Amino acid sequence: MLRPVQAARSLSTRNLTGITLYSPNELIISARAGTPLADIEATLAEHGQHIIAEPADLAAITGAREQQTLGGVIATNLSGPRRVAWGAMRDHVLGIRAVTGHGETIRSGGRVLKNVTGLDLCKLLTGSHGTLAVITEATLKVLPAPEAVGTVVFPGLDATAGAAALSAALGSPYSVSAAAWLPADAAARIPALAGFGQPVALARIEEFAASVVYRTDKLRADLRHDSTEILDDASSRIVWRAMRDLTPLTAEPADAVWRVSVRPSAGPVVLRTLADAFGGRGYLDWGGGLVWIAGPATTAAHEAVEAAAKAARGTWMLLRAPESLRAAVNVIPPEPEPLARITRRVKAALDPNGILNPGRMYAGL
Amino acid sequence: MGKRRCAIRWFDGRTGAAGSARLLALPEMGDHFPHMIRQPEPKADVLARRDAIVDGLRALLSAEAVIAEPLLLKPYETDGLSAYRQPPLAVVLPDTTEQVAGVMRFCHQQGVRVVPRGAGTSLSGGALPMADAVVIGLMRMNRILDIDYADRCATVQAGVTNIGITNAVQGRGFFYAPDPSSQLACMIGGNVNMNSGGAHCLKYGVTANNLLGLKIVTVDGEILSIGGEHLDAAGYDWLGLLTGSEGQLAVVTEVTVRILRSPEGARAMLAAFRSNEVAGACVDSIISSGIIPVALEFMDRPAIHACEQFAHAGYPLDAEAMLIIEVEGSPAEQDDLLWRIREICQLHDPISLKVSQSAEESLAIWKGRKGAFGAVGRISPDYLCMDGVIPTSRLPDVLRRIGEMSDDYALKVANIFHAGDGNLHPLIMFDANDPESFHKAEQFGADILKLCVEVGGCLTGEHGVGVEKRELMPVQFTTQELDQQRRIKSAFDPGWLLNANKVFPLAETIERSAPAS
Repeated sequence: MLRPVQAARSLSTRNLTGITLYSPNELIISARAGTPLADIEATLAEHGQHIIAEPADLAAITGAREQQTLGGVIATNLSGPRRVAWGAMRDHVLGIRAVTGHGETIRSGGRVLKNVTGLDLCKLLTGSHGTLAVITEATLKVLPAPEAVGTVVFPGLDATAGAAALSAALGSPYSVSAAAWLPADAAARIPALAGFGQPVALARIEEFAASVVYRTDKLRADLRHDSTEILDDASSRIVWRAMRDLTPLTAEPADAVWRVSVRPSAGPVVLRTLADAFGGRGYLDWGGGLVWIAGPATTAAHEAVEAAAKAARGTWMLLRAPESLRAAVNVIPPEPEPLARITRRVKAALDPNGILNPGRMYAGL
Repeated sequence: MGKRRCAIRWFDGRTGAAGSARLLALPEMGDHFPHMIRQPEPKADVLARRDAIVDGLRALLSAEAVIAEPLLLKPYETDGLSAYRQPPLAVVLPDTTEQVAGVMRFCHQQGVRVVPRGAGTSLSGGALPMADAVVIGLMRMNRILDIDYADRCATVQAGVTNIGITNAVQGRGFFYAPDPSSQLACMIGGNVNMNSGGAHCLKYGVTANNLLGLKIVTVDGEILSIGGEHLDAAGYDWLGLLTGSEGQLAVVTEVTVRILRSPEGARAMLAAFRSNEVAGACVDSIISSGIIPVALEFMDRPAIHACEQFAHAGYPLDAEAMLIIEVEGSPAEQDDLLWRIREICQLHDPISLKVSQSAEESLAIWKGRKGAFGAVGRISPDYLCMDGVIPTSRLPDVLRRIGEMSDDYALKVANIFHAGDGNLHPLIMFDANDPESFHKAEQFGADILKLCVEVGGCLTGEHGVGVEKRELMPVQFTTQELDQQRRIKSAFDPGWLLNANKVFPLAETIERSAPAS
């Protein structure tokens, strides 16, 4: 992910494994950074709990062969559909133990749900892509997994109308936990949705079973669209698992993949702009606030993505591309110089010799 | 009567204990308090240039936006930790971000320390000035700039009150979730800097989980926009680092918050138990049943009695521990959740259960709990309110040890506990007319905070470190960890001009902070 790094050595957390503390009643789990995420999810599932941020399994997109780890998911702040309602990884990292570029072991946070003691280095290190410290152990807040899942499907809406419907859904009192819009070709990649043959807007409810029935019915009634359908628990779980893992994204092996984060009402404009600019294929998650785009791995396409995100006053990330493109362009937006100066100083404060993933996020840093 | 009652906070530099109290002040005491907190040495050159500095500030803002007369500085000399009083060099009350930037540029050039201030409700002394510091008061920047219901966000100036945001959106059925109990007065800029919580935070998160963007002014006067109306950062999480940074990294002038649609309704119930252990076990059972209530409050026997005497809410006086539990949803969903919780409570042999059938009954259940601090103040005019966090599983243990300390110190204590998130508020009752009683209360408070860290918790869940817990930081962090935090602070503020007397133990601050350039 992000810019290729030239480094003399690679440091793997593969052997830093194991759940070190799990207290279901206190809603916390601690594990070493190299623990496969799947192991953590399995342990949580045994107690009817789950990782709130619903991180994607990016294997299909990145071609990575090793299992995702806790540390990796935190370092990349990888978060899935539920993020729109219940927060990203960075919202649930309660504590971190890490080794800085000084070679010092530091902790921030702890194992409790509320903590305002000192600077929040858990937030700083989450999403820092291994450039500030090597995360060796982390504590996550977890929540009960829902007893049941339901999905209201609004077929036949274009991106703008779809995002508006999702906005109404997310602005309803029914605690919608995910909201996505797929054009027809993207929807066709998920069997349960292929039958619609149209674009679909999807709103998920996760609750006790009776509440799912009540809330999906109410949502459908309140939003007053023709031909809405409700997907049952089994179908919903399959659909949202596919959503989580970016199944709807039609990305050729040579394609680049970008994610653009904007205010939800701007998502459709970004999607349309990029479709026009280079035939970009994609879909919307987070009610329109997250745009996934696949397209040719060219600087022209990349510049179009940058421009579209900037016009919408949002941000973007080049998630996947051939190394040559990733070495040639910004992979995340450059910062205004006063902020870039702070970035350089904070990087120096944690990694004075610049040994941790040099150049991963910004060229020369 | 001739007696003057004033709210004070006490701090003992030796023990690092702190808390709040109301002191029955005798007229002859005036403003003399025997225990003052250590401050960084005021910069002699800054004090010497005071008039020029004030003139310089007046050139940047309108004259009436710069306060320098001693009498007019008095309201700014303290905050919610009102034992400590230090008039600043001057106070400025800017109207715009550009004015704040001008002030910061000027102070940076002049090497003048700065203390940002919101409503001044901090219970940890977050806004306590220094003699050579300029207080930047954000309270005039109190406009709501934009509300967007489709994108579910609102952008407001830092001086808007917490409740002001909810008030602005509740007509459309929305609210701003983090709701500290000072929300009628506290300002969103202060909420950001302290990462404030509130009764709803188990379900809805704290301030850090409810922000989308900030406009800040750096120590050298640059204006930066962090985030915006979109979710997630692509670079480093500056939004996350700035939240809870206690005014030490930048001055916040605008805040973009998430607004949420309110649920259909909420209802409460009350459950009384024979012991703290049983109540704790009941909390465990509720959580492991898959229910996350929107509120889960625990009160021990002294707290129950205090609240009942004060509010006559019908609390059971034979209970050792009591839970107030609130759930949200449609009326039928509320019924279902309350029924489930009731069934769970029954398994723990409760003394009594009361499930509210209406909004009025819910209010009645809450009435005592909401008056808790006033209730304790009625029993004992003076008390320290602590703010520590413990793993919820350790509650019975910690309460037992607090009880033992209470016997040892011969001071009564009542405990309010946010059972869902582990935030403990012990209220230590003492007699301010007896200096020995006060010293003991301070030590008791410090011992409780140390105990919180010992059992795997932390020093503060809501109130922040401020000046109050500054000297206790080494209880929770190693020297390396504090040094790393200090380096990061220095990355934003190499000259340690922003709120230098806060958060970090003072000796090291004086030793390690770079001289003004």
